[in-house]
Amino acid sequence: MRIRSAAMRDRLPDVKRVSSGITRRGFVQGIVAGGVMSVLDLWRWPTAAMARNGASSPPILSGNNFNLTVGRVPVNFTGRLAYATAVNGLVPGPTLRWREGDNVILAVTNHLKEQTSIHWHGIRTPSDMDGVPGLSFPGIEPGETFVYRFPVRQSGTYWYHSHSHFQEQTGHYGALIIDRADQRQADHDRDYVIVLSDWTDQNPATVLSNLKHQSSYYNFHQRTVGTLFADVGKKGLDATVSDRLIWGRMNMAPTDILDVSGATYTYLLNGNSPASNWTGIFQPRERVRLRFINASSMTIFDVRIPGLRMSVVQADGNDVEPVSVDEFRISVAEVYDVIVQPQEASAYTIFAQAEDRTGYARGTLAPSYGMSGTIPPMDPRPIRTMADMGMNMGAMKMDQTGAMAGMKMEDGNKPSNAHRMPAMDMGNPPEYARRARMIGANAPGQPGPHTSAEFKAPDMGDMAAPIANKVKIAIGPQVDNVAEVPTERLSTAGEGFPADRRVLSYADLRAVYRGTDPRPPDREIEVHSTGNMERFIWGFDGLKFSDAEPIRLKLGERVRITLVNDTMMEHPVHLHGLWSEIENGNGEFRPYKHTVNVKPGERLSFLVSADTPGQWAFHCHLLFHMESGMFRAVIVS
Amino acid sequence: MRTGRVFFATVLSLCASVPAHAHATASGASGYQQIGEPPVMDNTVFYHLFFNQMEGRTNGPDNEFRWEGEGWIGTDMNRLWLKSEGFVENGIMTDGDQEALYDRPIPHLRYFDLQAGVRYDLDSNPGRTWGAIGIEGLAPYFFEFAPTFYFNDRGVAGRIEGSYDVLITNRLIAQPQFELNFYSRSDPSREVGSGLSELDTGVRIRYELSRKFAPYIGFAYTGQYGAAAGFVRNEDGITNDPRFIFGVRVWY
Repeated sequence: MRIRSAAMRDRLPDVKRVSSGITRRGFVQGIVAGGVMSVLDLWRWPTAAMARNGASSPPILSGNNFNLTVGRVPVNFTGRLAYATAVNGLVPGPTLRWREGDNVILAVTNHLKEQTSIHWHGIRTPSDMDGVPGLSFPGIEPGETFVYRFPVRQSGTYWYHSHSHFQEQTGHYGALIIDRADQRQADHDRDYVIVLSDWTDQNPATVLSNLKHQSSYYNFHQRTVGTLFADVGKKGLDATVSDRLIWGRMNMAPTDILDVSGATYTYLLNGNSPASNWTGIFQPRERVRLRFINASSMTIFDVRIPGLRMSVVQADGNDVEPVSVDEFRISVAEVYDVIVQPQEASAYTIFAQAEDRTGYARGTLAPSYGMSGTIPPMDPRPIRTMADMGMNMGAMKMDQTGAMAGMKMEDGNKPSNAHRMPAMDMGNPPEYARRARMIGANAPGQPGPHTSAEFKAPDMGDMAAPIANKVKIAIGPQVDNVAEVPTERLSTAGEGFPADRRVLSYADLRAVYRGTDPRPPDREIEVHSTGNMERFIWGFDGLKFSDAEPIRLKLGERVRITLVNDTMMEHPVHLHGLWSEIENGNGEFRPYKHTVNVKPGERLSFLVSADTPGQWAFHCHLLFHMESGMFRAVIVS
Repeated sequence: MRTGRVFFATVLSLCASVPAHAHATASGASGYQQIGEPPVMDNTVFYHLFFNQMEGRTNGPDNEFRWEGEGWIGTDMNRLWLKSEGFVENGIMTDGDQEALYDRPIPHLRYFDLQAGVRYDLDSNPGRTWGAIGIEGLAPYFFEFAPTFYFNDRGVAGRIEGSYDVLITNRLIAQPQFELNFYSRSDPSREVGSGLSELDTGVRIRYELSRKFAPYIGFAYTGQYGAAAGFVRNEDGITNDPRFIFGVRVWY
């Protein structure tokens, strides 16, 4: 039985609240006295009193009236002095704690020498409060204070970050927790925010410039003569050579997992390097809520806590039916709340390895400070396959025998049509069959995740829904690949996981509350993530932001956005201001997300209710993909 | 020759129009109300300078210095390339070749750019000016390939360059490389001959201490053929010249 529907969330009146910002039992503020980070001593910041030692959480500011500052502060994450862009002098910035139903007022003062901004990621604000310079407001100029005011109409774990230039990479991010208005008893004893991020001492502009000249600049795990011999030993000469030829013919590398690696990044957990070991305290048998936020610029993490099962209870701020997993992949800008219940009084390692296995962020859950658990070795590096390229697996098998049939990858190849072969028509991987059954069982009559014209017609014939534009993408300087056979991949987290681990997938996410908008979509918008790895140019539908028209939505309309990933990289696609309801087969209990990770070669769709007017950003949340053009304005009017 | 001058004028005006065009596309996204700066700067100007060859070549008694460097500045779709190469031996510079080219990716191809501009042979010998048009890019299997066609009132010339990186490890990289030069007419004062005039080839094994700094050792062979070989022999030069090389590959 549902206590209330999510629809109520948007209609709740302001709730008079107790003056204490922290009402939840056992909430750990995490401000530990003493041991102030030495680097912060250099900076007499107004909030320097809140500076923490190497093993504590960001301080929590709660209430409905906030004064925030953005400034440049010296930090030392790598053994070298560097400068960060910090909120209130901290990386991550303070955790803000709001209450659903409040009107919040946030005065943000810019102490930088350049423009800044704060975007409230996943928060449904009026568009002029969304914090995207150029689209929602002009940005906050040096010395200026901008006051954000908006009603809080949702609850859950979110985050905030700069939307100006590369400030996100240099430390401008922090966590946001919104307590429920209904004072429901918390079902956990302790509560920690886990902000994962990537840090480089290099200027982010230099990182992007390096990638423009050599896209493999940060990849030191390419195939070599040595791995050639190893592969021949494992797979045989024919298979090895034909595999190398397939990738070589495309001038692509199956070792391209993340564009920027541990070669320059130090991975942080709540602003702590692996060596400084952030620690969260628990007593045995306590239920510990961990709010994972991936505030990285370019790093997708695989998170596990060896020895503990994690119960995923919330995704992107919205409650989901608990899913018990060993591990989850958290793409950039995604948020997952999990609950763990350690039984023993020993130290457990929170292990967040980068998807390309070039490093990890690490912290500890322990009964007392100073303990540390075993740090597991990193898993083998994932490797891209032809499925990631959206290529026909049948043709791939033929290829293994030496024939190049079906591999239409020549330069100047005529534009492919991604619609030609819907996911259903391809070799039916077992997981697909499972999904198809689930769709039938759980959501009769609900549109499933398959939105190709061929599949939709019988299902939605009475909706008078126009069929999607046939987006035709041509190979060219800005498009190095078009997924010929994009597949439904909701039931997998992607590559790189050992078979014996239970890993969270999008198919596992089933909302606790019924969706607020039962209408079927009026129309479908198909958007392809495209790019040229070698040139490091990224875009949607083969166009960079600066060459493209905005996507227009009518106020009040219901649309299906279908994402097709033509590239061999994941893209966490974030639509500002409106929810993205992933069509994962759970019908009206489809999960509401703000960031939708599209895997290579994948086709998935989400529903959007265009209920808030204004100019919104729609972009890949990998910072350098966004800044290289994978960005669109969405106008709701 | 008039056609040559017309071509230069065209190329120069093309080059001159680059910044203007880049600016035009920077504000090309339309249909939304831009409040202040655009939300993302996806058309910014980048630049890099790099020397693939900066090396000493020796065969024991004779030593020479060789460089082959390039640089580019521009956006994703519009770039200005500068290329420079030459030899210096005993204070005498030979085979000097400096080029300024407008570069643009070729539509419908993923990895090839069209380059057009001017080449000036600047060294201790009489200078020559050429119009240049060519392509440069990545052929399948990661093969760097750049054929260029040159022309002036003395005739035409061609150059084909290619190289390939063999990753022994991710930092130890062997690079076989070649450059072939062809001319339609002999030019004795520059010791080039009609037909295949010259081949410069070698293999370099570099160690990337960082991506931007890689010392290397290797072996190079330079040969003159046909008429060119005759000119070189008349000067008591060597037409088959194998040498050991050591140098550093740098970029910025």
